[in-house]
Amino acid sequence: MKYVDTAQVQKRMNLRLTTNKLAKSLFFLSTMFGLIVLVVLIYRVFSQGIQWIDLQFLTGKLSTFAENAGVMGPLLGSFWLMLVVAPLTMFLGVGTAIYLEEYAKKGRIPSFIQTNIANLAGVPSIVFGLLGLTVFVKGFSLGNVVLAGGLTMSLLVLPIVVVASQESIRAVPQYLREASYGMGATKWQTVKNVVLPASLPGILTGVILSLSRAIGETAPLVVLGIPALLIPFPDSIFDKFTVMPLQIYYWTIDSALTKEYANLAAGAIVVLLMLLFLMNSIAIIIRNKYQRRL
Amino acid sequence: MTTLTIEKKNNKRKIEKNQSTSNASNKKNVFETKDLNLWYGDDHALKEINLSIPENEVTAIIGPSGCGKSTFIKTLNRMVEMVPIVKISGAIKYREKNIFQPKYRVEELRTQVGMVFQKPNPFPKSIYDNIAYGPRIHGIRNKKILDQIVEKSLRGAAIWDEVKDRLNENAYGLSGGQQQRICIARCLAIEPDVILMDEPTSALDPISTLKVEELVQELKKDYSIVIVTHNMQQAARISDKTAFFLTGEVVEFSDTDALFSNPEDKRTEDYITGRFG
Repeated sequence: MKYVDTAQVQKRMNLRLTTNKLAKSLFFLSTMFGLIVLVVLIYRVFSQGIQWIDLQFLTGKLSTFAENAGVMGPLLGSFWLMLVVAPLTMFLGVGTAIYLEEYAKKGRIPSFIQTNIANLAGVPSIVFGLLGLTVFVKGFSLGNVVLAGGLTMSLLVLPIVVVASQESIRAVPQYLREASYGMGATKWQTVKNVVLPASLPGILTGVILSLSRAIGETAPLVVLGIPALLIPFPDSIFDKFTVMPLQIYYWTIDSALTKEYANLAAGAIVVLLMLLFLMNSIAIIIRNKYQRRL
Repeated sequence: MTTLTIEKKNNKRKIEKNQSTSNASNKKNVFETKDLNLWYGDDHALKEINLSIPENEVTAIIGPSGCGKSTFIKTLNRMVEMVPIVKISGAIKYREKNIFQPKYRVEELRTQVGMVFQKPNPFPKSIYDNIAYGPRIHGIRNKKILDQIVEKSLRGAAIWDEVKDRLNENAYGLSGGQQQRICIARCLAIEPDVILMDEPTSALDPISTLKVEELVQELKKDYSIVIVTHNMQQAARISDKTAFFLTGEVVEFSDTDALFSNPEDKRTEDYITGRFG
């Protein structure tokens, strides 16, 4: 007595194979959707903005005349902002991850912290802006300078770095730690010589991702009262500043009055995108280099 | 229940007898455990262990899976504490000092008591950096001294000739058997007093196993060795003393020849004749 009817199996074969093909096309189209949108977006922005990009546009100051305007101010602003955000998030984020993964005894308090880091990642960025305004701008009387903006941004992207670093540290095999402890290494020596080198690629990915987020984030800076109409360039972290996405935002709004501002916005977007692509490429290069060494 | 207690008493007597014989032969002990108990949460993994590990001999620990032999060896250098739910009572004396004393520095203990693990676990670094890891964490920076330590350790682990021309290559490129001998060399580099080996050949092929066994014979001239193995022939071949563990207890502990040729306990006999485990 056979339970599997060969004729039935044959009959269903066509249907099964067709369904399989359908599934494949469906998922392919899903992938294409995102890709096409990205290509259209880049094409639109580049075709509109690329002719505005010249040395004058890159190095010029802000001007009410569209043809004289440049993005050097917001570029420098973004640069100074990163100078605050990068070291701060790296130290605080990786430090938190190391503490939670390597030092803290598993229990209620670490899991409470863990949950709240996850919650923190879900807090809308504008709320961080309000926090920055209350604590750094008003509370510490810093004013709307680079340092205040940088501290606010650091808080905003900190959860990304913590979570990415934690995952990366957790992925380091336990037997490597055992080998180190087995020779009388202290916890710090083990972290420094074994855990961090092995988890560095993942940590760097998290840091660069968080910096990309910080460089493109706009809402919290609006709340901090960062001006868009700023003629002088920032020279230190205690200067007033503006950043690329804010400049783009205001130029886009003003294009209702002055048509050429739309082109300026497009040009600025191209510059910002280039900057982000550059940062991500650097991240990939660093990651590959360290991965090969492992 | 009553038979069990009687057996337990017999055990104790036997162990005490063994201890007295080893004392009589005037051999020093590196480790002495006293009423050692260990729990993983509610799981009583080691029960009233009283063992003496003699100096410059190979002590084998045998027993079926889950009998606590790996737990025991990891307790000797306190690596077992990496499991967060462990509770320990009793004492382990290493060279007359109780290693569970609050002031005892675990880093110091592990410098004296090195460990080779079940799975070869070299660092993802060069062969040289693997061997130099221990000396470096203990503060040796001098390149000449490090070079000498690396060569001596690799020679000591009988792998110098195979790797001397590629010290700067990643240790992951070596075979499993070579990696395990690299791990033994790495352990030798800190010049320990005792070497703990937790089933060091269980992941190796027969030829690599043979090499490691020969190495153990060589090493016991300079080091005291405790080796956990689930291979009874291996225990019989390489050890001077053997302890048989069963469900967290020491059933029998005596000279290897005596234990294998003339076991005193019925359960030991059953185990070594392959009736269970």
